[in-house]
Amino acid sequence: MTTSEYLEILDSKYGVSGNEKEIRTCVNELFSKYCDEVSVDTLGNVIGIKKGKNPSAPSLMIEGHMDELGLMVSDITEEGSLKFVPIGGFDPKVLPGTEVTIHGKEKLFGVIGAKPPHLISGDRKVPKTTELCVDTGLSKDDVSSIVRIGDIITFNTAYTKLDGDMVAARCIDDRGGIAIVLRVLELLSNFEIENDIIAVATVQEEVGLRGAKTAASHIQPGCAIAIDVCHGTSPGVSDEAFPCGKGPVLTMGPNLHSKMTRKLIEIAKRDNIDIQLEVCNGDTGTDAWEIQVAGMGIPTSLLSIPVRYMHANYEIADTSDMETAAKLIATFATTLKEGDCLCW
Amino acid sequence: MLVKELTSLGAPSGFEDAVRNFIKERATADEIYTDSMGNLICHKKGNGKKVMVAAHMDEVGLIITEITEKGFLKFSTLGGIETAVLCSKKVLIGENSVPGIICAKAIHLQKGDEVNSPLKLKDLCIDIGANDKESAEKLIQMGDYAVFDGVFTPFGNNLVKSKALDDRVGCAILLELMKEDYESDMYFTFTVQEEVGLRGAQVAAFNIKPDIALVVEGTTCSDVYGSKPHNQVTNLGGGAVMTAVDRAAISDKNYYDFIMKTAKEYDIKLQIKRTTMGGTDAGAIQRSGIGVKTAVLAVPCRYIHSPVSVMNFDDADCVYKLAKAVLKNIERSGL
Amino acid sequence: MQLLKELVMSVSPSGRENTIREIIKTQLSSVCDEIFTDTLGNLVCHRKGNGKKLMLAAHMDEIGFMVNYIDDNGFIRFSTIGGVPKYNVINSPVEFVNGTKGKISYENKENPSTVNFEKMYMDIGANSKETAEENVQIGDMASYCGNFEIIGKRIMGKALDDRAGCWALIRAMQNTSSTNENDIYAVFTVQEEVGLRGAKTSAALINPDMAIAIDVSNVGDTPESLELNLKLGKGPAVKMKDASFLIHESVKELLLDCAKGAAIPYQLEAASYGGTDAGAIHLSGGGIASGTISIPTRYIHSANEIIDSEDLSNTVLLLEKIIDTPIKKYI
Repeated sequence: MTTSEYLEILDSKYGVSGNEKEIRTCVNELFSKYCDEVSVDTLGNVIGIKKGKNPSAPSLMIEGHMDELGLMVSDITEEGSLKFVPIGGFDPKVLPGTEVTIHGKEKLFGVIGAKPPHLISGDRKVPKTTELCVDTGLSKDDVSSIVRIGDIITFNTAYTKLDGDMVAARCIDDRGGIAIVLRVLELLSNFEIENDIIAVATVQEEVGLRGAKTAASHIQPGCAIAIDVCHGTSPGVSDEAFPCGKGPVLTMGPNLHSKMTRKLIEIAKRDNIDIQLEVCNGDTGTDAWEIQVAGMGIPTSLLSIPVRYMHANYEIADTSDMETAAKLIATFATTLKEGDCLCW
Repeated sequence: MLVKELTSLGAPSGFEDAVRNFIKERATADEIYTDSMGNLICHKKGNGKKVMVAAHMDEVGLIITEITEKGFLKFSTLGGIETAVLCSKKVLIGENSVPGIICAKAIHLQKGDEVNSPLKLKDLCIDIGANDKESAEKLIQMGDYAVFDGVFTPFGNNLVKSKALDDRVGCAILLELMKEDYESDMYFTFTVQEEVGLRGAQVAAFNIKPDIALVVEGTTCSDVYGSKPHNQVTNLGGGAVMTAVDRAAISDKNYYDFIMKTAKEYDIKLQIKRTTMGGTDAGAIQRSGIGVKTAVLAVPCRYIHSPVSVMNFDDADCVYKLAKAVLKNIERSGL
Repeated sequence: MQLLKELVMSVSPSGRENTIREIIKTQLSSVCDEIFTDTLGNLVCHRKGNGKKLMLAAHMDEIGFMVNYIDDNGFIRFSTIGGVPKYNVINSPVEFVNGTKGKISYENKENPSTVNFEKMYMDIGANSKETAEENVQIGDMASYCGNFEIIGKRIMGKALDDRAGCWALIRAMQNTSSTNENDIYAVFTVQEEVGLRGAKTSAALINPDMAIAIDVSNVGDTPESLELNLKLGKGPAVKMKDASFLIHESVKELLLDCAKGAAIPYQLEAASYGGTDAGAIHLSGGGIASGTISIPTRYIHSANEIIDSEDLSNTVLLLEKIIDTPIKKYI
């Protein structure tokens, strides 16, 4: 399957940070197709191992996070509406007029309303999340029998193919990363390679890289590639952003292992794989930040897909960038041999 | 009632073709014609007074004003849309329904005041995934319209969420009303361009010259969390809404009383709109020619003019029943 | 309530938890198989069982103040320890670990609503640097002055955050039998108020299969308060999330089963801010299934916090039920 097809499947499943059950089941099944063993750890990270021929060769962890932003019910009002707190970093400006699903005892449909222009006087203000609520169309008693505080609210979006290879989807951040992990496993399925490949889908990235921290510390791989998203160029955004469709972005800086990253660059040059380069002077804000310092320390690289409008209801990216990323990682994986020194 | 089918059509002000064609195929009348503005008039002949029953076909939407070098679309609104509801919503552009997403800068990239400043139209664009102007122009032309992708979704306690309930619910009610027989000389009129200033109704009323008019609308409802009782305007589930006064028209007192009486007689739930904001085609019709007696019956809609407007099916039913009773009895009303 | 009063009255700001630790040790040494203080000062009370390791954590420390500078007239300038709200501090009496008392005031040409800590000082009744230094040295720590009152069904005092939690955990340990299946670690942690530090190292030491923190949470039942759903008197809260953690599915099940099973009133809470020891514990090692029970509390981090006595006794009941419930089937 193409990364685009994987992404479409992954984007159809929900998995708000800390409540990744639905996406976890899906990822578990998909990993099982290509891995010799698949397990789920305490916090819920999915770990798939594809065994290599040579146990002495350094294992390669390829990783994306499977959680997404969402809301959590914090109270039920007299009107039967739901107050909520955000999970993850939100722009409250995208919330008014949004359709949602409430994951109570059963799934409920709801909308986050908005005042019509006829009723607004004076200056417009950005709504605070505490001023917004979800309209369930039910009475307080009816809602209370289905929904309780702590239940999750997700956004209703439709995976939408746009012009060319561009797609709009709810959480390309970071289902795109998981799609790439799957595509790498698929590309490697016909190869007998030396090293173990450890495919990891982490939890709770959006609330503070929490899953990656515990996963990396108990897996202790030989090296790791984190796959996440970066900002795509869009109107008003040119600094700190990369054009979609020009290849994945490889990051250089103290968070990343320079020798490993240079090796990826060399492979890209050799095989004419399109990549873009980014320099980051500190925290990359991705799982790579925790993985690098887990346990005894792990040589880590970071590959990102340019995504426009990150953390909005719809994110837009070019699936050809994901395909390219998969190709680069798969090629890199086949080059790791015993005694391959990723030290400085 | 064909609310689902009607709301699925894209027809903002000035682009009402899809709705007009849909209604034309289903209308039951003695003569059906379209006037120069595009209003669709369905005339059911009768011997009594000339009665115009009006609902508007257009919905609020967007119009593409510019395709940028990078292939993004700039736009203006058609009708009153609160900019706050636009960001990160899916739209369908033009007759081919090309999908696009209304976008603004990601939260991480907003600097200083941007975070706490409400979005303005100039901050937004539609992204159709095009690489540049040339590839965008293969799909989109300047002047194309766009509408929300707001699918008809029943939920909650007898409610439905959809785009364009204002005023496809009115169109659906008119289509039902048209199936009945009346003594009066009935003009079921589906107007254009209500959302940009009651423009279709003005022309239609001038041509028809009715004695009496009844406008069927979707109206504001704010009976939601955070809204004080005196600011709620109408209540979902409270039945049909009648307007006493809005910015466009003051109802004819006798007509108003007649509708109140009819509602009581037929035991139909009726509420009075509790604000003087907003306006409907009644404003244009009332002041047409030598003047027309007008009244407005409406279905309350929460979050009106957004992609997620919400109504109660019972309320629509009340409007239908009350309108039918009013129209059947209007010859004996003494108006 | 005498024990709760003793706990509340003890001056034990973060990093200086000695006084309270001794009180708790005396209470629990007879109901545990081993009791010890670890490197950072956490008090670990271990009651052996053959089942899974369950860690129950309440923090002993409280917010406080540290002496920065003593001027010639004996006035003391200070820094804060933990999240001390400025508006709660002015005119609050304070007490040092060695019993010295005083109060906090501010340079009164300043506007009291905007004044910063740099413009505040402590008055300990000294008339010169020398007399002040007889009792207080730079680096010494103080907390709000001990106070404890029972007002109707409510309890008012300083540092109920988290002495109420400590008390509940002590009582639950005392009230349960010494033979439980779970391998129980009741841990009284240090330095929670400065960043969940004690919990982090004690979790690494114990490496439990499941951990539950007992702490306090803000309520929204006072006039025109923030929109928080918790209320005093409606039972302990099971915390679904705060800024530091999201409850683990297995812990959620256990806590709700226990509350329902023992017919203990409880509330649910989803907070967008704040943190508890569970935040540090759940990220320890390869990850630990964690959750938090909160005692609803008004005026947290002020000199007089208020809790409800029934909430407190229900917290004890809930903890007893948890201790007696084999956690194996939840893991």
